[in-house]
Amino acid sequence: MTDIIPNAAAAGARAGFHPAVALTQPGRVRRLLGLVRRQPLGALGAIVIIVMALAAIFAPYIAPFDPTVGDPASLYQSPNATYWLGTDGFGRDILSRLIYGARVSLVIGFGASLLGVIVGTVIGITSGYIGGWFDTISQRVVDAMLAFPMLLLALALAAVLGSSVRNVIVALAMPIVPRAARIARASTIVLKSTTFIEASRAIGCSNLRTIVHHILPNTFAPLLVIATAYLGLAIVQEAALDYLGAGIQEPQPSWGLMMSGSATSLALVAPWIVLFPGLAISLVVLASNLLGDAIRDVLDPKLQRTSV
Amino acid sequence: MNTYLVQRLATGFVTLFGVALIVFLIMRVIPGDAAVMMSGAGSGVVSEEELQLVRHRLGIDRPLVVQFVDWAGHIAVLDFGTSLRTGNPVIEDIGRRFPYTLQIVVLAMIIAVSVGVPAGVFSAWFADTWIDRTLQTVTIIGLAAPSFWVGLLIILGLVFFFNWSAPLFWEPFWISPLKSMSQLIWPALAVGLRQLALIARMTRSIMREVLGEDYIRTARAKGLSERRVVFRHALWNGALPIITLIGFEIAALFGGLIITETVFSVPGLGQYVVTSILDRDYPAAQGIVLVLAAIVVLGNLTVDLLYGLLDPRTRLQRGARA
Repeated sequence: MTDIIPNAAAAGARAGFHPAVALTQPGRVRRLLGLVRRQPLGALGAIVIIVMALAAIFAPYIAPFDPTVGDPASLYQSPNATYWLGTDGFGRDILSRLIYGARVSLVIGFGASLLGVIVGTVIGITSGYIGGWFDTISQRVVDAMLAFPMLLLALALAAVLGSSVRNVIVALAMPIVPRAARIARASTIVLKSTTFIEASRAIGCSNLRTIVHHILPNTFAPLLVIATAYLGLAIVQEAALDYLGAGIQEPQPSWGLMMSGSATSLALVAPWIVLFPGLAISLVVLASNLLGDAIRDVLDPKLQRTSV
Repeated sequence: MNTYLVQRLATGFVTLFGVALIVFLIMRVIPGDAAVMMSGAGSGVVSEEELQLVRHRLGIDRPLVVQFVDWAGHIAVLDFGTSLRTGNPVIEDIGRRFPYTLQIVVLAMIIAVSVGVPAGVFSAWFADTWIDRTLQTVTIIGLAAPSFWVGLLIILGLVFFFNWSAPLFWEPFWISPLKSMSQLIWPALAVGLRQLALIARMTRSIMREVLGEDYIRTARAKGLSERRVVFRHALWNGALPIITLIGFEIAALFGGLIITETVFSVPGLGQYVVTSILDRDYPAAQGIVLVLAAIVVLGNLTVDLLYGLLDPRTRLQRGARA
C-alpha cells in the first residue's frame, strides 16, 4: 500500500501532507488508476455516489415528471412504460420523487457527516492538546453524549429545532460530534509526544500553528474514514427522521417520507411505493460503506474497523 | 479491582448526571413552549394570562436551575412526573412498556448471535473461498439496508403471503408466551438482521486475526483436525472480543428499536419515546430519553466490568492506570 499513498505514519514524516489534495494534483492520475485497480469495490462505491450526486444536481433535467404534482387520473399505478417505477397515492411519479429525493438525502448526509466530523475534530484536538481540566470536562460531556443512541439524540433535536434542511443537518451532526471528538483526541495525544511535534515547538511554532500545520494533517486519515462511515449512517437516519415525521415535510420529496404511511395497507395495493425508496437508501449506504472500507484500507490498513 | 470498580461506578454516575443535564437542556432551553403546545395557542384563542397559568401549573415559569434541581431530585427517587398525554405517571408507562422492548431485544440478539457467530467463524475458516465471498456480500448488503425498511418489507411479505394484520393487542409474555413470541418475532427479525450482519463481519475479522497466531500453528502442527483448531483453539480465544461486541450491541439495539417499534406499532419503549417527543409530552419525553440513555450507560458499564472479570490482563492494566 505504501507505494501508492503513504500511510498515516509515513504521512507524519511529511507534515502538511494532504491525501485528498494529493489525488487531484497533476501526475497523480496514474496513481488514482492504480488505486481503482486495487480497490475495485471502493471505486464502484465512489462511482455510485458520484452518479447519484449528478442525478441530484441535474434532477430538473432528468426527472420525467414534477415530483410534487400528481396526476389524479393515475393513482397507485404499478411500474409501466410511462411511470417506470409506478406512482404513489397522489399519482406522483416515484422515479421523479426518487431523483429529487436524492438531493435531500445527499445534501443532509454530506452536510451532517462533515459538520459533525469538523466540530468533533476541533473539540477533540483542542481537548487532547490542551489537556488538564478542559480535557476532563469535555471528555465527560463526550461520554454523556455517547450514551444517547444516535437516532434518539437526532430525533429529540430535530423535534425541538423544527424541520428544515438546516435543522435536520444540525440534529444529525450532533451525535457524530462526540464520536469524531474521541478519535481526534486520541490521535492528538499520540502525536503530542512525537518528536516532530516537539521539534515544531522547539523552533518556535505557536500552538495554533502546531495544531493547524502539524497535528491536523496527521489526524486526517482516521477522520476521513469516519466521515465516510457516518455519511451512510446519516443518510439512513435522515430517512428514519423523515419516516417518523420529525424531518423533511411533505410535499418535499424525500426517501424516508416516501416510505411513511401504512405499509400494511400498501402491501396489497402498491408495494413498489415502499420498495424503491428503500432500495435507493440501501444502494447509497452500501456505496458509502464500500468507499469507506477502501479509504480505510488505503490510508491505514491497521486502523480499526469503524464502518457500520 | 476494588478501586477499579469504584472508579468505574463513579464515572458511570457522572455520565448519568451529564445525560440528565443534556436531556434537560434539549427539552427546556431550545425553543418550543410546552404551555403553548398544550393549550393549543397560536390560534389566538388563548390569552397570555391563561398561558401564564398553564406555565405556572407545569412549573416552567421558574428559573432553569431551580427546574433542573427539582427535576433531578424527583428522578433520584424514580419520580418522572405525569405524562401530559396519557395522564399516567411516566414511570408506570415505562414499566408497562419495558417487557415488550426487552423481549424484542432478547429475541433479536438470539437470532443475531446464533446465526452471526457461526457465519463469521465459517467465513474466517474458509477465507477467500466462495463461502466467504457469499457471506461477505450478504452481510455487507445487510448492513446497508435500513432496518425500518427491512421491517416494512417483512410486513409486506406477511400481508402478502399470510394475510397478516398488525395485532390490535400485543400479548404480554407472561400471559401467553407462545402467542407473544409469534407476534414479536417479526420486529425482532427486522432489527436482528442488521446485528446479525454486524456480528458476522466482526467475528470474521476477529477469527482471521486469531487464526494467524502462533499457537494456532502449533495446534495444527501437532496434528489436530482443522475443526478442532477452529472451534476449540481459535474460537475460544476469539470469544472475549466477540462477547464484548455483543454486549455493546445490546445497548445499541435499544436505540435501534426506536423506529422498528413504530413501524410495527409495538407498544414498547421505542414507540413511547417517539410519540412523547413528537407530541411535546415533556415529562414523558425527558423520562424515557433518560431511561434509554441510562440503559446504554449501565450496559457499557456491565460489559466493561465483565471484561475486567474475564480477562485479568485488562484488569491489571486499567487498575494500574487508575
